[in-house]
Amino acid sequence: MHISFYIAAVVAVVATIMVITSYNMIHALLYLVVSFLAIAIVFFVLGAPFIAALEIIVYAGAIVVLIIFAIMMLNLRQESVEQERQWLTKEILIGPAVLAVILLGELVYIVSVSHVSTDVVKRVIDSKAVGMALYGPYVIGVELSGILLMAGIVGAYHLGRQRKKVVHRFLERSEE
Amino acid sequence: MKEIPVEAGLLLAGILFMLGLISVLVRRNIIYMLISVEIMLNAAGLAFIVAGARWAQPDGQVMFIFILTMAAAEVSVGLALILQIYHQLKTLDSDAANKMKG
Repeated sequence: MHISFYIAAVVAVVATIMVITSYNMIHALLYLVVSFLAIAIVFFVLGAPFIAALEIIVYAGAIVVLIIFAIMMLNLRQESVEQERQWLTKEILIGPAVLAVILLGELVYIVSVSHVSTDVVKRVIDSKAVGMALYGPYVIGVELSGILLMAGIVGAYHLGRQRKKVVHRFLERSEE
Repeated sequence: MKEIPVEAGLLLAGILFMLGLISVLVRRNIIYMLISVEIMLNAAGLAFIVAGARWAQPDGQVMFIFILTMAAAEVSVGLALILQIYHQLKTLDSDAANKMKG
């Protein structure tokens, strides 16, 4: 079982690298779906099958599809790919990449030096245990999540609304 | 059979977070920046899952569900903002939106 963890981890990392280096936005999103599916396999191997299902349904199924719909509404053409090719050049990429790799090296060093950790406990935590914890000690978090989703719905509606333009001979510039 | 060390899971989460961070620093297209934020949130959730599996407690999965909720709300508001910026400025360049003219 543990070999599938490493295979899925390699697939996830490679797919994420393809996401951040591709110029076509739709291709990037399809690679992102592959990355999310690989991470779902990682969750399954780690003993969280409920979270693996949620990862596929919500991340790969809802969020990516929402972004694809937004891209379709923007009606982008081939010029956007060329413009992305101009924006993302090697010399722009090299500075932040080196700094982030240095930070990752520090993280690896800290994790490898501290000898406190052991192996992952092989026990599947099913959805019943998650539900008991979610509606037991964490019920205030569920209520706050409801408030957050409500604010998200109202905010998305308010921001996404098209302003009705009032056309008048004299009053057209009065909005500014 | 050998078990999975917890360092491997944390390392995977760190690498994915680093890739998202590089992309959000490098890109100028705001849709790519939103995608990169999603990658980083997912990596943070992966770290929670690994920690929850290490101690065999459901708390990590509960925190992942909260992260999932926040990501869903964030992407909806972010896409509404991106559509509004595109209608106002006719571009996806994040540097074009640096004038606070309303």
